[in-house]
Amino acid sequence: MSMTGKDRWSITEQDILALEIGAGILGTGGGGNPYLVKLRALEVLRAGHKMEILPLESLPDDAKVVPLGGIGAPVVGVERIKEGAEGVRALRALEDRLGFKADALACQEIGGANSMEPLIIAAQAGIPVVDCDGMGRAFPEMQMTAYSIYGHQSTPSAMADPHGNIVIFDHAVTEIFHERMARAVVVSQGGSSTLALAPMTGAFTKKAAIPGSYSKAIALGRTVLEARAERLDPIAAICAAEGGHVAFKGKITDVKREIAGGFVRGDITIDGFGDWTGQSGAIELQNEFLIFRRDGTTEIVVPDLIVVLDDDDGTPLSTDMLRYGQRIAVLALPAHPLLRTPQALEVIGPKAFGYDDLTYS
Amino acid sequence: MLRIGIDVGGTNTDAVVMDGRDVLSAVKTSTTGDVTSGVREAMEQALGKAGIARERVAHVMIGTTHFTNAVIERNHLSKVAAIRLGLPAAACLPPMVDWPDDLRAAVGGHGYMLRGGYEYHGRILSDLDLEGLDRVADDIAKKGIGAAAITSIFGPVNDAMERRTRDHLLTRIPDLKIVLSSKIGRIGLLERESAAIMNAALLDLADITIVAFGDAVKACGLACGFSITQNDGTLMDADRVRRFPVLTFASGPTNSLRGAAFLTGITDAIVVDIGGTTSDIGALANGFPRQASSVVDIGGVRTNFRMPDVFAVGLGGGSLVADDGKSAGPQSVGYRIAKEARVFGGSALTATDIAVRLGKAAIGDPAKVASIPASLAERAMTTITQTLERAVERCRLSADPIPVITVGGGSILMPDRLGDLEVIRPANFGVANAVGAAIAQISGEVDRIVSLEGTTRKDALAAAEDEARRNARAAGAMVDTIEVIEREDVPLAYLPGNATRIRVRVVGDMEALQ
Repeated sequence: MSMTGKDRWSITEQDILALEIGAGILGTGGGGNPYLVKLRALEVLRAGHKMEILPLESLPDDAKVVPLGGIGAPVVGVERIKEGAEGVRALRALEDRLGFKADALACQEIGGANSMEPLIIAAQAGIPVVDCDGMGRAFPEMQMTAYSIYGHQSTPSAMADPHGNIVIFDHAVTEIFHERMARAVVVSQGGSSTLALAPMTGAFTKKAAIPGSYSKAIALGRTVLEARAERLDPIAAICAAEGGHVAFKGKITDVKREIAGGFVRGDITIDGFGDWTGQSGAIELQNEFLIFRRDGTTEIVVPDLIVVLDDDDGTPLSTDMLRYGQRIAVLALPAHPLLRTPQALEVIGPKAFGYDDLTYS
Repeated sequence: MLRIGIDVGGTNTDAVVMDGRDVLSAVKTSTTGDVTSGVREAMEQALGKAGIARERVAHVMIGTTHFTNAVIERNHLSKVAAIRLGLPAAACLPPMVDWPDDLRAAVGGHGYMLRGGYEYHGRILSDLDLEGLDRVADDIAKKGIGAAAITSIFGPVNDAMERRTRDHLLTRIPDLKIVLSSKIGRIGLLERESAAIMNAALLDLADITIVAFGDAVKACGLACGFSITQNDGTLMDADRVRRFPVLTFASGPTNSLRGAAFLTGITDAIVVDIGGTTSDIGALANGFPRQASSVVDIGGVRTNFRMPDVFAVGLGGGSLVADDGKSAGPQSVGYRIAKEARVFGGSALTATDIAVRLGKAAIGDPAKVASIPASLAERAMTTITQTLERAVERCRLSADPIPVITVGGGSILMPDRLGDLEVIRPANFGVANAVGAAIAQISGEVDRIVSLEGTTRKDALAAAEDEARRNARAAGAMVDTIEVIEREDVPLAYLPGNATRIRVRVVGDMEALQ
């Protein structure tokens, strides 16, 4: 396997700080807080490991690419922090099981905490991370990646916990079965583990992955940091960078949140100001923001990204940070074309989240 | 029975003498370098002004920023052995990993990680490494470290291993001062561990300070006891402060919020404390400051103390007005206002000058601001009002109208109404902090993850409430005054067994006050 190094680029500490913000924006309210994983990434860099990104187009067709990430309950993750080498153990166990060597890792979910997990593991394993991801944002379940949607069978897979336990999922008849079995095992391992999925070929990855996720998320974070430093409007800067638009600005007048079926669900009501004075906005969420309505008319529908920012400083707000009285900007960013096909919409469109009356267009 | 409330701030030490709901006297003095002589001076002046017999004073309540300042200034901190139980988990992020280098150096930077700790449901994560603990004890003894902070993973769910570690260390080093993280914070390993380490680093200073406060009370001829106010507006006795000095970190803003509630008789309001450079905005719910739900930064370190949800905006009496009245703050002349503001003969155009120009306050010499164009002054006042309005809106929890209480020397900047909200300016607004200290209560809290399997939500909440009441009683609250002020249960996503986080907080009046 030959993979030339000339077009790879290295991640710096500054990139990690920018990625924390970019991944927060692309998390569309969910994906988990990247603070701890950022600290871990910085520690790995300071220990002298090299963190390298390989452009998607440079990936050889016969390369073996392993998608991986953390899986579990965020509330466990902030207390029982990872041991640090779970990812490498999961990767090695998978390689042993299948008798191959991974050439590169791929990110499952660029939104939130899972954006940095592959960087850390790849740096420890001495291989690059491909500049791509499976969602272009955050979604609550494993089968919701473009990899799975376009035919990747993610078993056999290997799950590792901090103790040293390894579980191999040999075969799942569907991706949803894999998700269910993985959740059950995570619980028995204490609620927070790392999962390495069956390798994809370079050719498949180039076809199915959302391209440029790292360069995009880091650039997005830099845009916000620079706009703040120069006292420019970070919200306008984000829209310009992502080809999105401000769908609404207003003050939150109601926040309803509940846990149903293991997920956070809720409704946010917003009273418009500025150009939206006299109008009412509403966001529906299930771990992530899914639907935005203005005066009762549906305007943004999953998989398009609904990003909620603090209107004062452009900080991305996650669903648990929303409170009455916050002045927010609601941004609509277009989902990647790979997430908008009929095949993709079956898995990540409005109907997949129970909105039977809504159609993505 | 009379009470003395004292607020020891960075600049001023204020004191009030109170009889029931009445403020008999109120004084402002300068904070002194040794803190204690300033406290004594303030008490003497307040007692003299009230003209009461000293034996009638039942209690002295002190609010202080002494410990917060020690961390912020990296002063008077002791060396700490930071011992974490939880390996193999969390090995990649050692204790103090996210601290500023100078603060880590100030506490010695001694981090130890051992096997131990619990899973989320309280089952053992790893057996406690007693041999490793002996090696840590040897190192502590060799290095002459005087304090230790013990943090177990999921210690708030099960504290047995933290206690066992403490007991074991004490058999080896009997005079070691030990802090258990489970006594200090909630779920969130690094934040709770950092709080425990800071607490351990402040134990020596706490000893000295408490002795000094006691001396000041005695020197004033008072035979009564004294307490210190903590973050949530309730009291700790001297012994508890010696063990948990970090719990005073946010007492300043808390006392101002509580004082505002007391002076107005309003229990649900937004309080704006306008100072010289910034305004602190917080909310009162049931007479207590609303608590922050997430992490709070102290001296550059993330912690998860019980803290009021207060935020500051860069607007105060000394804020500079610029851009033809379209901006006010965050630049400020601060304490130099008495020289640099125009009403005092200076050349800086401050928010106070605008208030005087518009006839909203009589400070300094109004003739010196007569030449400010009325249009500019009006524009500046609009800017100031908008800043305050936005800050207050950020604090609002519902669309229901809620009063705004304004305290602090910069209150002259506050208009009579803010949007649709009524503004209240209480008497004695300048010493709201000292009043807040004088009326502090006693609290008890429980915060943990429980499984609702084999029990009901109702029973689990009742058990937590019982425990919170017992905690409050142990801290000196009168049993029949204890009431629940917070009861919260949050089901946890992605976990089975109906894992639920339960949090109950109760408060009651201090025994000496009844």
